[in-house]
Amino acid sequence: MMMYKINVDRLPELYAKMAESRALYLPIEKNDQVEFHPWNADACVRLDKLNTAKSAKDLFFPQTENLMKFKMQGKNISIEENRDPVEPFVLFGVRACDVRSFDVLDKVFLADPVDTFYQSRRENGVVISMACHEPEETCFCHAFGIDAADPAGDISCWMVEGTLYWKPLTEKGQALTETVSALMEQAGDQDQAKVEESQKALHAVMEKLPLYDLDLTGFDGDHLLEKFNSEKWAKLSEACLGCGSCTFVCPTCQCYDIRDYDNGHGVQRYRCWDSCMYSDFTMMAHGTPRKTQLEKFRQRFMHKLVYFPSNNDGMYSCVGCGRCLTKCPISMNIVKVIKALGGENHA
Amino acid sequence: MRETMEALIPTIGVVTDVRVDTPDVKTFRVNSLDGGIPFDHMPGQCAMLSIPGVGEAMFSITSSPTNKEYKEFSIKKCGCLTDWLHQMEVGQQITIRGPYGHAFPVDTEFVGKDLLFIAGGIGLAPLHSVINYCRHYRDRYGSIDIVYGSRSKDDLVDYQEILNEWCTEEGINVYLTIDRPQEGWDGHVGFVPNYVKELNFDVNKTAVICGPPIMIKFTLAGLQELGFEKTQVYTTMELRMKCGIGKCGRCNIGDKYVCKDGPVFRCDQLDELPNEY
Repeated sequence: MMMYKINVDRLPELYAKMAESRALYLPIEKNDQVEFHPWNADACVRLDKLNTAKSAKDLFFPQTENLMKFKMQGKNISIEENRDPVEPFVLFGVRACDVRSFDVLDKVFLADPVDTFYQSRRENGVVISMACHEPEETCFCHAFGIDAADPAGDISCWMVEGTLYWKPLTEKGQALTETVSALMEQAGDQDQAKVEESQKALHAVMEKLPLYDLDLTGFDGDHLLEKFNSEKWAKLSEACLGCGSCTFVCPTCQCYDIRDYDNGHGVQRYRCWDSCMYSDFTMMAHGTPRKTQLEKFRQRFMHKLVYFPSNNDGMYSCVGCGRCLTKCPISMNIVKVIKALGGENHA
Repeated sequence: MRETMEALIPTIGVVTDVRVDTPDVKTFRVNSLDGGIPFDHMPGQCAMLSIPGVGEAMFSITSSPTNKEYKEFSIKKCGCLTDWLHQMEVGQQITIRGPYGHAFPVDTEFVGKDLLFIAGGIGLAPLHSVINYCRHYRDRYGSIDIVYGSRSKDDLVDYQEILNEWCTEEGINVYLTIDRPQEGWDGHVGFVPNYVKELNFDVNKTAVICGPPIMIKFTLAGLQELGFEKTQVYTTMELRMKCGIGKCGRCNIGDKYVCKDGPVFRCDQLDELPNEY
């Protein structure tokens, strides 16, 4: 498909055009924090921001969502479906790692039986990705075979010297492109060369990142019990507070809770993000099989690095965005786990 | 298969009978609003029952699939939701969704086999369904032995049905035991795992164990001492569940989800999983 370009000064026009027909979510700064928010003309758009504080998974798998409502009358119960309506939307400025996280979530929510809430959001959302230009020292997407210079999605974008380059990759992306192409110019061979040059420059930067060589060999979905029984978990998990920050900022964590809220006029049942790091995650009337933080900590990383790949053709449930590295209050993270446990089985 | 969100949305069931089994176990009969059954199931499968505002949890279906009149659930009072359920009277509506999980292989591996059922306490609940299924299709299976134990005579679930129907049926041997001697009990006294060893069962049987984790562990060890292989022994597990369809993450052990890959497991399959249940 053809590549387009638009001067960075004209981006507000592009946003306005897209927002005419649907909600447009962009990395927007509010109260010193950048998150994907709906765009309006006064919004402080931060396309340059590398990682939003929370990932973009919110748009497809919201932090809370209504499932159904119950009316209770004496011994009688009635059920009323009240799912929030899903409208078409555009998600602009997603980095390559977060784009891959949607593939990971798809494996869970689109597997039989399909989660129709998630599915309808995926179908209604157009993902416009943004190539990275200045990756951080906490980035390690390369370990998962992700190219930050060549992000997937429905449309890929590159920012080079004040020009946004725009390339549709899917039919959905092409359809959106047609509604805004009048604002853009077609890119020529020289433009293509500029993009390629910027990609090369990014690759050169990435190769120098401290986590560029992070090695995942040994995490192949096999050796499940050897990894599980490793004595290293005790040391690794020792300082974990069980705060769950890592799971909430993680683009691939998908565990959820289903809860009821009685508002006096009925009972709202909703689902919300949950965390395997919490003590009541597996708590039953007779106790929990994961008694200490060691077991909870181990579950999170075993799931991401061993169990998930074992069930999903080797795909890891981590995309190397690095959010957990910056957010963990005790500076523990998946990289330390990979380094500590990797290579154990092929020494 | 139904789509997920529809799967998370239950139907309404109504309690049509409440039976007091033991001081802390009641059996609830549930019908759909039209008087029929909410769904068909196979022995070993589970269902999510809920009282909106109180909670939703997974319970084994106690009645046999051959019973087309109602579903029964034998439920022990042991927590928030089950306390509420135990206060229910006939006519109370609840929500129900299911069935979930893999059943016992009653139409495949079990066919033609001599069957040995071993239950402890409320562990009889899931086995009740299989036992009555096998009784219904009696000629498909060989001999049937049932070992059932509980703390006391008063804690034996379905005691009347066991005495009046199971014990009187030809080709079925029932062995009951209680943990400690009790007035009015002239049967066996002792723990299930030891009793199973004493009974010295033929090693060609296919065994099914359900009960507290510690009882399962020692009974399995006892069977192995007798010469049983783990491939001949089945059990059914329970962990906390929210969705029932392998997505919410709670019942994940190793690369399995108990709700969809279990709850029935052959004991050799458990060896491949982390010991976290």
